[in-house]
Parts: sequence; structure tokens; C-alpha cells
Amino acid sequence: MNIQVIIPLVIFLVAIFAIGFIASKQMNSSGGFLQEYFLGGRELGGFVLAMTMVATYGSASSFLGGPGTAYTVGFGWILLAMTQVVTGYFVLLILGKKFAILGRKYNAVTMIDFLKARYNSPTVAILSAIAIIIFLFSAMTAQWVGGGRLIESLTGLEYTTALFIFAISVLVYVTIGGFRAVALTDAVQGAIMVVGTLILLIGVIIAGGGVPAIMQDLLNENPRLVTPFGADGTLSAAYVSSFWILVGVGVVGLPQMAVRAMSYKSSRAMHRALVIGTIVTGFIMLNMHLIGIFARPIMPGITVGDKVIPLIALEVLPPWLAGIVLAAPMAAIMSTVDSLLLLVSSAIVKDVYLNFIKPEATERRVKQISVGVTGILGIIVFLLAIQPPDLLIFLNLFAFGGLEAAFIWPVVLGLYWKYGNKYGALLSMITGIVSYIAIHFYNSSYGNLFGVHTVTLPVLLSLIAYIIGSLAIQRKAFRF
Amino acid sequence: MPANKQASTDGYKPDPRFKIAHKEALIGVGLAIFNFIWWFGFAYGLGSRPPEEYTYIFGLPDWFFYSCVIGFILMCALVIFITKFVLKEVPLDADPIDFNETIEEESQKS
Repeated sequence: MNIQVIIPLVIFLVAIFAIGFIASKQMNSSGGFLQEYFLGGRELGGFVLAMTMVATYGSASSFLGGPGTAYTVGFGWILLAMTQVVTGYFVLLILGKKFAILGRKYNAVTMIDFLKARYNSPTVAILSAIAIIIFLFSAMTAQWVGGGRLIESLTGLEYTTALFIFAISVLVYVTIGGFRAVALTDAVQGAIMVVGTLILLIGVIIAGGGVPAIMQDLLNENPRLVTPFGADGTLSAAYVSSFWILVGVGVVGLPQMAVRAMSYKSSRAMHRALVIGTIVTGFIMLNMHLIGIFARPIMPGITVGDKVIPLIALEVLPPWLAGIVLAAPMAAIMSTVDSLLLLVSSAIVKDVYLNFIKPEATERRVKQISVGVTGILGIIVFLLAIQPPDLLIFLNLFAFGGLEAAFIWPVVLGLYWKYGNKYGALLSMITGIVSYIAIHFYNSSYGNLFGVHTVTLPVLLSLIAYIIGSLAIQRKAFRF
Repeated sequence: MPANKQASTDGYKPDPRFKIAHKEALIGVGLAIFNFIWWFGFAYGLGSRPPEEYTYIFGLPDWFFYSCVIGFILMCALVIFITKFVLKEVPLDADPIDFNETIEEESQKS
């Protein structure tokens, strides 16, 4: 591997490291250590809020897997990817000011704090904590593996060494800097993603001889590549549309997104984040997936989807520029991983330890436990990622859709429907997770039920469960 | 302390800021529905023709250009418009008494 590619990557890692370190120095504990460590003291401004949402959400799949699939499937997959523009405004508008106000009223630091106060039920809290710890822990490990593999393929280092570099860079700033460090590094990583994708898109268009020439090549190869139905014509409108739930509106139910919706300073910050978030999400998704499909005529015959972006970057750009561009997928993985690490840590410290084990712990003790748990979690993830157990890979399949099906209604209807109660919430969460796993197995052996993505039915079923559970048992209006 | 517990059983009044919040959440739903219809309509309305009949705008197939490129730009414009002219700035503190009183006075006048 070319040394010119590695230098920008090293500079990137050092810069992220430095920013995380500086952020950790800024921690002030006027509002209490927990608020500061897990929520950045609710002080995020508009730009950082938007970037941390986009960066947390955009992961290895947006930068490697997604464009790789667009390469194989064609424009139909970009159509699918563009359903994600909705997350830019939907999460913040739906959870909105009410979530931010109630979060302050209930003194909530995590999404589970909110659920616990809203439903006045320790059972809801413990069930949510278990779901978050299991699913997000697996998701995090999968992303670490992705990060390690990416460094491995870019630098030629051995996988374990690559993983170690990745782990150390993330672990240090998350452990010492908490949410503020995560949000600030996310902002820088988000900016790198924007610049990196733009440079690469321009590079690919030039290498392909302009958009019309690329399009002609695609048409000559297989006209279906430019239709919405995929290279083999099997991408149905119903299936693509069901991604509006999985990667669009359902994202409201993801704890790592919800917690950000109570971290902002003022409604002005939220308004700015709405605009910036929408523009940046759409820009990144459109660019990355266009790069994927435009790469096809330039470098035909790539079989491993995840390699399309690294290979095309090295092909069309000078090495030093490729290094800068390839920091973007790296940034995407890091910014997802750091948020998940902190979230799982908050679920353990705040939602399990302080709620159930030792509510009277002193501030000093809480501080030690938070930093300790975050650090230990990171080390466990690192060890597991060296040789990921099958169970983790398996659980990771449910992490995204399963959490959405579990939490979307307890959070959204908990905010807006006064008759929602703990019975509805519990029934909805259990129905969501169980039916997600059941339908996953059905779909993988018999093909997609009703031709839509696995997430669709569990989200509907958990809605019905929420309403039935709330109305059938103890119908009583809640006072916010 | 959760502030909502201060209200007694008879004198309970929901926080007037929630009225604003509810309206803005509905705007979010409205935006998403509009976004979906635009996206779906152009993609499958224009895209279902045989590829030989497609026209190309800036080199991109027409269905894709309207659905995903124009659709995206349009959503950005809508979000900018809404945040500038429709969304209201409210304090987010647990108990902003002054602000709530002003809202109530305004709503009584109207």
C-alpha cells in the first residue's frame, strides 16, 4: 500500500484524537457529571447537533455497503438510499420540542430515563435497557470489525493491528471526553464525509468522461441499470418503499438518535440543525450512491461490494487525495461506533446501576463507574471483534430494525398520546422484537412476506399492541 | 423535581408550549408524506416506461432527476421555509413561567 495514502489517514486519526482530548478538557460539571458525560450538558448548537445526528446515523453501510450495492443493482438502489433524506428533518421535528422540554422536566439523561418517567414503570426501563445493551452491543462490534477491515485493506496492516489502532483512537476520546467529545469529533467527521464524497464524485465523473458518457456505457451494458427496478428487474416498488420505514421514519425509534434530540441548547439550535441535517444527509447519500453506480463502467467486474469505494478512490484520484477521501468511510464508522459505545455505557451506568443497584451512589463514584464502564466495554468489544462470535453477528441482524420496532411507539405515542401507558409500552416492545425475529426467519426461508422489508410488519404489529395494551388495561389520561 | 407534579388534580393545565410542539410534529408528518408522494410518484410514474423512452437531464434519467435530485432540493427548500416562517422559538427549560403566561395571555385575547 502506498505511503501517500496512509499519511492523510494518520493525520486524520491524530486530529480526531486531539479534538476529543480538547473536548474532554472543556467538561464542566455545573449541571452534574451524568448530564455532562452522557449528554454534553444539553449544550449542543445547531451545527454540531446536525452533524452528530448525520454522522451517528451514517455508518459503514452508507459509505461502503450501500454504494457497493448501487454498483451492482443500479439506479434503483440510489432511489432506495434517498429515502434517508427524511431522517434529516423527521427525527427532530417528531420528537421535537416536547421531547426536549420533557427531558429537562424529568431530568432525563437517556431515552430510558424518559420512558421510565413517562410510564412510571421500572419494568419498562429494565426491558429497554436489556434490549439496548444486547442489540447495540452487537451492532457496535460489527462496526468495529468493519473499521478494522477498512484499515487493514487500506494500509496492508494485519487485521488485529488495524483493529487495535482503530480501537485505541476511539476508546481514548470517548472514555475521557464523553458525549461532548463524541459530538465534536462527529462534527469534524461529518465535515470530512461531505468533502470526501464531493471530491470522489467529481473524480469519478471526470474519469468516466462525463455523466452522459457514463450513462451510455450503463445503457449499453444493461438498460435495466438505469430503471428503478434493479439490474435483474426484481426490485419491486413495495420493497423499495418499505425502506421508508427502516431507514426513514423508523429511525425516530433508535435510542442513539433519540438521545440526541434532547441534547440541544435551544430551539434556535434545533431549527438550524433541521436545515443543516436535511441538506447534509441528502448530499452525502446522493453523492455516495452515485459514485457507486458511476464506478461500474470505469472499473467493471468488482465482486465484493464493500471494496468498490476504496478501489475506485485509488483508481481515479492521486494517492494523497485518495487518502483524504478514504478518511470519510473511516469517519463514518468511527462516528457511529463512538456514539454506540457511549449509549451502551449510559444504559449500564444510568439505567441499570443507578436505577436498580445503587441509587445513592456519590458523584465521585458515578464518575469512576462511568469512565470505568466505558473503558471496559471498549476493551470487551475489541477482544470480541478480533474473532467475532457467531451469536454477535446474528444479533447484529436485528439491531437496527428490532430496536425500531421495539421503541418507535413507546417513544412517539408516549410523547403525543395521553392514554398510552406502561401496559401498552411493554406489549409493544415485546411484540416488536419477537415478531421482528420471527418474520426475519420466515423471510430468509420463504422470501419476503408481502414483498416488503422485514421491519414493516413488526412496526405495524407493535402499533396495534401499543393501542390495545393501553386501552384494554387501565385506561387513564396521562398528565405530562 | 418533575414540575408537572406541582399541578393539583383540579387545576391541571397542560404546558402551553406543548400546543406549539404538537403542531410542529404534525408539520413533520406532513413533510414526510409529501416527500414520499413526490419521491414515489416521479420514480415509478416516469420510471415505469421502457428505458428507451427515458429522457436525460444533466445526463441523469428523468425519473431519477425529478424524484431524487429535484425532490431533495425541494425538501431542503421546504425545510428552510418552515424553520424560518412557521416554527416558533420557545424556551426549553423545565418551568419557564414568564413565557407560559405570555402565551396564555395571547391565546385569551384571540
